[in-house]
Amino acid sequence: MSESVNQQPVPLHEHGQRRPMKKRLWWIAISPSVWAIHFLACYITAAVWCEKIGEGNLRPLQISVGIYTAIALPVIIWVGYSSYRNFRRGDPPVPYDFDDPTDRTHFFGFTAFLLSSLSVVATLFTVLVFVLVGSCD
Amino acid sequence: MNFVPSQSALDHAGVGAESIAGLFWVMLIGGCLIWLIVVGLAVYAIVVPGQHDQKRTRMLVIGGGAVFPTIVLTALLTYGLAMLPDLQRPAPEGSQVIEVAGVRWWWRIHYRMPDGNRVETANEIHLPVNEPVEFKLKSEDVIHAFWVPSLGGKVDMMPGRENRLKLHPTRVGVYRGVCAEYCGEAHTQMAFDVIVESREDYDEWLRQQASLAVAISDEAEAGRKIFAGSGCGACHSIRGTSADGVVGPDLTHFGSRRSIGASVLPNNADNLTRWIAETHRVKSGVEMPAFETLAEDELRALVRYLGELK
Repeated sequence: MSESVNQQPVPLHEHGQRRPMKKRLWWIAISPSVWAIHFLACYITAAVWCEKIGEGNLRPLQISVGIYTAIALPVIIWVGYSSYRNFRRGDPPVPYDFDDPTDRTHFFGFTAFLLSSLSVVATLFTVLVFVLVGSCD
Repeated sequence: MNFVPSQSALDHAGVGAESIAGLFWVMLIGGCLIWLIVVGLAVYAIVVPGQHDQKRTRMLVIGGGAVFPTIVLTALLTYGLAMLPDLQRPAPEGSQVIEVAGVRWWWRIHYRMPDGNRVETANEIHLPVNEPVEFKLKSEDVIHAFWVPSLGGKVDMMPGRENRLKLHPTRVGVYRGVCAEYCGEAHTQMAFDVIVESREDYDEWLRQQASLAVAISDEAEAGRKIFAGSGCGACHSIRGTSADGVVGPDLTHFGSRRSIGASVLPNNADNLTRWIAETHRVKSGVEMPAFETLAEDELRALVRYLGELK
């Protein structure tokens, strides 16, 4: 991306309070990463608990998964909400594939929003296993 | 009793397989529902002429493409997960415990007896009908997987680790079990027979399996000497004789088994002769050497001996 393109005016974003997402490619990876960390944390905890600590009482394991979820879900929802706000700024025509800051912001916002939605569902599916199975067997 | 072994998860004869068959049908219906709606929307978009209403189109894409599949998948996942606790629960205390080890390419089987002893057999499992049985699954070499489709789900057999499985057969019959994890050259010939029978028949079978090798006819006695003289006892064990090898299957009651070579051939004299003389043509890759040098009468005596081990 050339410097001249980066310095183009961004009229649709000038009035916004938040920094436009035009340069934040890493932003779209946050929600899937949080889901992945949550998934690993849940299953590593389950593996250690079932193998080393106590097979009979799973309540502490379920509480741990609940705590991980209480941390992960708000982060994913916050990223999704912020992305949605960026995505809804202005109303450029779809698809957002024009090489200018406005379309880039919309593209990042839209992508991050969809990935956040997917991450919420995936995180809840992970939790569902611990709610319904409830056994080390 | 059916005499052709069934190997279909849909021909269920056990509690676990019945649940899995139910899960299959529910998943199939759920998958068809999603397919019908997605294809229906595509057909609608192609067939209905003119420009579609933007708001309605967006609703259809979001609703049919994201919300509806998510709801259906959540319902299917919940249905499937809810089955797991019961399927995975160990058999009650006091149930028959059977240890099975996967060995390239056959099955070493030990029945744990109430007195603490273990009875060894191979490639054939007998189960009492309407009673849960606990399996302890191991591997002696590579990763195998234990699966009797008509009775329950499959479980991997890992080297250095013991996995467990509960089977609860509900119908008398003969069923086929297989190795469900590719394990090498003769993987597809690594199967076993499962005979589900009444409690009385099972007790009688187990009592017989726990006994030593029985007395034999004169011709079979000649076969026993050939067995010993050819070095078969270095790999195979026949309890009650000097043969105590542990590399290959225990042959103490070989004659009572339905099949040869881990369910490769029906157990009869012709097939056994072929197995001994042309082992690698029947099952390529097995460690047992072919005894092509045995004379015809020696082979006949050996086959007679093994056939009388009931």
